[in-house]
Amino acid sequence: MTTPDDAPQDRADPEIVSQTDAEEGREARAEGASSGGRRAEVAILGNPNVGKSSLFNHLSGAQARVGNYPGVTVELSQARLTLAPGREAWLTDVPGAYSLSARSAEEQIALGVTLGLGERRAPDVVLLVVDAGQLARHLYLALQLLELRIPLVLAVNLVDEVEGDLPLGRLQAALGVRCVATNGRTGAGVAELKQALLATLDEAALAGVDDGALGAGAGSSTLAPLPTPKYPSELVAALGPIEAAIPDAWLATPHRLSAEDSQARRRALALWALTSIDDQDELQGIPEALRAACRQVLEREELPDVDLEVISARYAYLDALVQGLAAPEAAPLTQKLGLTDRVDRVLLHPLFGFLIFFGVMLLVFQSLFAWADPAIGLIESGISALQDWVKDVAPSGLLRDLVTEGVLGGVGNVVVFLPQILLLFLFVGLLEDSGYMARVAYLMDRVMRSLGLHGRAFVPMLSGFACAIPAVLATRTMERQRDRLLTMLVIPLMTCSARLPVYTLIIGALFPPSTVLGFLPVQGLLMVAMYLFAILMTLAAAAVLGRTVVKGRRVPLILELPPYRVPSFKALLRATLQRAGSFLKEAGGVILVCTLGLWVLLSFPRAGEPAPGESPEAHQAAALEQSYAGRVGKAIEPSIAPLGFDWKIGVGLIGAFGAREVFVSTMGLVYGVGEPEDEEAAPLREKIRSEMNREGKPTYTPLVGLSLLVFFAIACQCMSTLAVVKRETKGYRWPLFMFAYMTALAWVMSFIVYQGGRLLGFG
Amino acid sequence: MSERPQPSSGCCASPPAPCTLDAAPRGARLRLERVDGERAFRRRLLELGLLPGTLLQVVRVAPLGDPLELSVRGTRLSIRSAEARQLLVTVLEPA
Repeated sequence: MTTPDDAPQDRADPEIVSQTDAEEGREARAEGASSGGRRAEVAILGNPNVGKSSLFNHLSGAQARVGNYPGVTVELSQARLTLAPGREAWLTDVPGAYSLSARSAEEQIALGVTLGLGERRAPDVVLLVVDAGQLARHLYLALQLLELRIPLVLAVNLVDEVEGDLPLGRLQAALGVRCVATNGRTGAGVAELKQALLATLDEAALAGVDDGALGAGAGSSTLAPLPTPKYPSELVAALGPIEAAIPDAWLATPHRLSAEDSQARRRALALWALTSIDDQDELQGIPEALRAACRQVLEREELPDVDLEVISARYAYLDALVQGLAAPEAAPLTQKLGLTDRVDRVLLHPLFGFLIFFGVMLLVFQSLFAWADPAIGLIESGISALQDWVKDVAPSGLLRDLVTEGVLGGVGNVVVFLPQILLLFLFVGLLEDSGYMARVAYLMDRVMRSLGLHGRAFVPMLSGFACAIPAVLATRTMERQRDRLLTMLVIPLMTCSARLPVYTLIIGALFPPSTVLGFLPVQGLLMVAMYLFAILMTLAAAAVLGRTVVKGRRVPLILELPPYRVPSFKALLRATLQRAGSFLKEAGGVILVCTLGLWVLLSFPRAGEPAPGESPEAHQAAALEQSYAGRVGKAIEPSIAPLGFDWKIGVGLIGAFGAREVFVSTMGLVYGVGEPEDEEAAPLREKIRSEMNREGKPTYTPLVGLSLLVFFAIACQCMSTLAVVKRETKGYRWPLFMFAYMTALAWVMSFIVYQGGRLLGFG
Repeated sequence: MSERPQPSSGCCASPPAPCTLDAAPRGARLRLERVDGERAFRRRLLELGLLPGTLLQVVRVAPLGDPLELSVRGTRLSIRSAEARQLLVTVLEPA
C-alpha cells in the first residue's frame, strides 16, 4: 500500500476478481500495463432498440444478444475491451433503459450499475448510445448521467437512418462530452469511439488533480461546462432534507469530483430519489431515512407537481438544445418510418395482420415440431449406436451399464434438446431483431393480459407445445421477472411432443378404433380433447397463479414499436449458439445427474443371473420389481390407487420422470414384454389390455386410461424442465413449487376423473 | 396557440374542447394537454417526451380493440385505452 491518496486505484478488489473469475487473474500482467493500476470499467447504456448490443459486439468482439425489442438484454453481459495496445477495459452491457428513474427492481439496474452499488464497481466512463434520429428523447438519459457528473461518451448511432450531416461538433460543444457518429450494423465509428473513451478516461483520471499541475495544454482539452436544467426554485429549496439523506456509497465516484460537482451529484441523486421513491415502489436497498425524507417532501402540498416539473425542465433544456443544433430530427426519419408504416398497414391489419401472424406462428411451431425431428432422430440413433458399441467392446457388468445407461443416456438426454433450442432461438431472435416481436405483443396484448400474462409470453407458450425446455429458456424475452416466472410455471402444462407416445399407447390400447356419429374417430377425438384440456388447464393455471403465488402489480403497457430492421444473421447465429452453449453448461449438469439418479433407482439393487428357463423379459421384469424404483412404486401404490393406478404404473411414472416418453419403455420392462421395438408397441398394448388385477378384473379400463391421460397431461413428469427452471430462476424454490403444484393438480384431476367415473358407473 | 378552431368529428366538438385520448379521432393531429394516471406510468410517459403541449396522433387501434398505437416525437408507442383515458388532448386538425 502506498499513500492513502493512491489507495482507491491500487487496492486489489477481491469482489471484482471473484466476479469476473479467472480471467482477471490471467490478465493481471496486462492490467499492470494499463494506466491507473487497474483495468477501467466502461458501462454501455441506452434506450431499448438503439443498437446498444451490436455496438457492444463490435467493440469487444464478444458474444452478446443483439435485439430489436425493449429489454432484450436481461442479464448484464461483460466483455474485455482493448482501447489501445496495453489499455484494456471491462465493458458491461446494461439492459436498455429510457431513464434512470425506477419503480421496479429491474428498472433500478441502470442506476445501480451507474453508481456502482452492490457488488459492482462504478464505471469510470459511461458509453451512452443514442438514436441519431431522436436526439431529444435519447439525450434525456444523457442529461441524467451528466447531472450525476458521470464521465460520458456519446455514441450517436443509427446514423444510416438519418439523412444529412449530424451537427456533432455543436452537440459536443453544447453537452460538453465527446460525441461519435456510429453505425452498429457496420461497425463504423468504433475506432473513434475507443479514442473518445480513452481521452475521457484520461481526463477523468486527471480531474480533481490540482489545476496548476495540469498546465495549459491539459486544461484546453476540458470540454464545456456541464449542463444543468432550470428546476423551479421552490423545488430545489425543498431538496435539502433528501440531499442530506443520500447514502455515502451513492456519492462515491472512481474519479475525484470538485466540491461543486459533488454538490451537483448530490442534488441529482436527490432528484432521482424524489421522482422514484414512493410508497408503491419496489426498489431495493433504499435507506429508511431517505424514504422518510422523500415522503415528507412529496406530502408538502405547496410544492408543484414534482414529476412534471422535473421532467419538463429537462425537456425544456433538451428541446432548446436540439433546436439549436438544427439536428435532423423528425423529417429525415419519415422515410424509415414511412416504410415501417406501410408494412404495419398490412401486418397490423385486422384481417391480414392476424392471418400473417398465425402463419408466422404456425411456421415457428411446425419447425419445432417437424423440422427438428430428423436432427433429434440423428442424435438419438447416434447415442444408441454409441451405447451398442460400448456394449460390444466392454465386458458386461456394473461399469458398462453405468457408462451406457447412466452417462451416455444422460448426455443423450441433454443433447437431444439442442435442435429445438437452436431453432427456437433462431426464430425468437429473428422476430426480435426485425421488430416483429413487439407487434406480436401489440396484437396479442388484449388476450394475454386477461390471463395476467405479458403479450410476449405468446411465443414461449406456443413453443411449449413442442417442448417445454426451449420454451422456458425463451421466456427471457420478457423484461419483468414476474412475467417470466408466471410464464415458466404454466408452460409445462402445454401438451409437449414427449406426451404423444404416452397418449398414443394409452389411447391405442384402451379405446376402440370406432367412430361416433358415423364419421368421427374416437381415438382422434380423444387426442384433440387432450390438447384442448391442456390449453384450458394452462390458461386456468396462469389466471390462478397470476393472482396468487406470483401476484404482481398490474403494470400499464408502454410498448415501443420500433422501425422494422433487417436482422444481422451473423449476430443472430452468434446469439443463438451462445444460448445453446449456456443451456449445455448450466442445465446440462443437472439433467445428467438426474439421469444417473434415475438409473440407480431403476437398476439397483442389482438382480442376479436369470434363473434357468426364465426368459430375459421375465428376468427384466423381476429385476425391475425388486429395484428401488419397484419398491418406491409399491410404496406409493396406496396414494395412486384412488386414481386407478397400481404399482406397475407407479414404476412407469418414476421412469417417465427422465422424459415422459420413457413411460412406454418402462411399462414394457415392467410387463416383461421388453422395450417396444416401434411406436406401435403392439405386444405392450396387448399386455395392457389383458392385464388382470388381484380380483381378477382388468387392471386397465377405459376409465383408468382416461385417468392416466389426465395425470400425464398435468403432472410435472420431466426433470429436464425442472432443471431449466432451476437455471432460469437461480434456485430450487420455483422448480420445487412447480413440481408440487403440478403433481398435486394432476392427482386431484385424475382423482375426480376416476372416482367420478366410478360413481357414474363407468369402469 | 394560433390554431384556428376546426370542426371535428367524434367526441371533440368545436371549439376544441379537450377530450380523452382513447376517444380522440384516429389520424387527427392532437395536442397533449394533460397527463394523469398511476405515478410510474405517468412518469415514464413524461420521460418519453409526452409532455403537455406535445403533438401526437392515434395511428391505429389493435385489431382486438386494444391497445392504441400513437405517433409521437417520431416514434411509435402503444398504450392501452384504459390508460389513454387518463390523457387529455385537443384536436388541432381532424384526420
